[in-house]
Amino acid sequence: MNILVCISNVPDTTSKINFVENDSKFDTSGVQFVINPNDEFGLTKAVWMKESNNANVTVLTVGEQSVEATLRKCLAIGADKAVRIDCPANDAYSVAKEIEAHCEQVKYDLIICGRESIDYNGGIVPGLIAGFLDYNFVTNCVNLDIEGSKATFSREMSGGTEISECQLPLVVGSQKGLVEESDLIIPNMRGIMMARQKPLDIIPAQGINPKTNDIKFNKPEAKSEVKLIKADELDKLIDLLENEAKVI
Amino acid sequence: MSVLVYIESENNKFKKSSYEALSYGKALAEKMGVKVSGLVINCSDAESLKAYGPDKILKIDSQELNEFSSKKYAHAIADVIKSENANVVVLSSTPDSKYLGAHLSGITDSPFVSNVVELPESINPFTVKRTCFTNKAFSLTELISDTKIISITSNSYGLIENSNDSKTEEIDIKSIDSDQRILNIEKESGSVTIADAEIVVSAGRGLKGPENWEMIETLAKTLGAATACSKPVSDMGWRPHSEHVGQTGKPVSSNLYIAIGISGAIQHLAGINSSKVKVVINNDPEAPFFKAADYGVVGDAFEVVPSLIEKLKAR
Repeated sequence: MNILVCISNVPDTTSKINFVENDSKFDTSGVQFVINPNDEFGLTKAVWMKESNNANVTVLTVGEQSVEATLRKCLAIGADKAVRIDCPANDAYSVAKEIEAHCEQVKYDLIICGRESIDYNGGIVPGLIAGFLDYNFVTNCVNLDIEGSKATFSREMSGGTEISECQLPLVVGSQKGLVEESDLIIPNMRGIMMARQKPLDIIPAQGINPKTNDIKFNKPEAKSEVKLIKADELDKLIDLLENEAKVI
Repeated sequence: MSVLVYIESENNKFKKSSYEALSYGKALAEKMGVKVSGLVINCSDAESLKAYGPDKILKIDSQELNEFSSKKYAHAIADVIKSENANVVVLSSTPDSKYLGAHLSGITDSPFVSNVVELPESINPFTVKRTCFTNKAFSLTELISDTKIISITSNSYGLIENSNDSKTEEIDIKSIDSDQRILNIEKESGSVTIADAEIVVSAGRGLKGPENWEMIETLAKTLGAATACSKPVSDMGWRPHSEHVGQTGKPVSSNLYIAIGISGAIQHLAGINSSKVKVVINNDPEAPFFKAADYGVVGDAFEVVPSLIEKLKAR
């Protein structure tokens, strides 16, 4: 079985968010980039499936050379092979189109992407890929079992869980629950050394035009000072919530 | 040219977020100088939509769409986009609508922008304000395509009544093949979900153990709120993952967010930042949450919460 895990290279969760070039671009200076957490849950699941399903795991990123450190980390975690499609990741549409073109060349039974990236938060790429390729699709996926060509999976929905099945190929939007936080694999020295020997292919981009464009970013206005209410004056809190904030 | 709003329903009832999407769609259509249609799939309550002013209510009643399927729903909506000549499709931001929106975007080869918080700044070019970087920033985003799909963040626009004597039209759909089928749905009964909630009561490690959650649930029940928790609490297994809110958990955009015994790590604050009003209850006055909150109580949660419940009940 061939699994593709699409990786987004994102600022670490503790990063300061600032913008440059007249607020049109994210300021990457001093920012540590990591594997998008939702992708990492999916990658860990894929690495487990090397044993359980005799799977072959490829990781893919659309991006410039700077993303290769993140791909090497994915190889150290246990992926067999990495692919970088050589162009900047301009928007969800163009990224998904580039991935579609690759998936027309190399057939994957299972394509895993994080349900959303923690930077642009679109949550769009997995659905786009499924739509473009006409594959089955599930997002917010918290459980996945594959036997032969049949997949059984659970999706976290509003107030519950939905369990479904389908035939492969399938596109999965992964999140915490697919594996637990404590299951995430921290690469050891052997993994890191082996990762250096594994293939990292750079393939030329199709040159797809984006369909969305972030024109300008701004940050929320600074909050006004918190109003402190004494613990023995809770009537005052209720009054403020009722009459000032008007939320209860 | 027209605006099409997909009106999500559950158990033959529309969601509040769907009325909000329709309120938004109505105002958008007026701004664009076009008509707005509300699309209803398998829900008999179409009359209630008239209060929010659609020019037309489009109804699909189909056995085939009895169960939600992102693929079948997306194909049905894609056909309506064509027949109605819709330029902008408006969705709510529930998990189902976002799941559907991404799939619809792929099927129609049209851009989708989620987490939109305001009416477009301009129609030509079409630019909308959306949240990004987990609510640490906004982006003014342009959509470059004849057909555009957007989803509206819950509680960002509000409900605006604008009664209209809308016509209702029945629509037939083409059959769509899919081998994907639902085996089972496990629903938590009776509780308010985080995505639909106007008020969220959330608690953290300050509660010392899962056995102390009863007062959190009572407070939530008193306020008609959903319960949530911080990341460490779900990692330790005190509460289910589905309650984890924050950067790697669920986003919250409620009208009121009450944080009890949560210190306020940057990742947690990011996830709840688009909630309108934030209240923090914590015994540590240095907790970072006090910098992010609108109202704060410095005190022992085990004293403050029961007293708050008592006072709310007495109201």
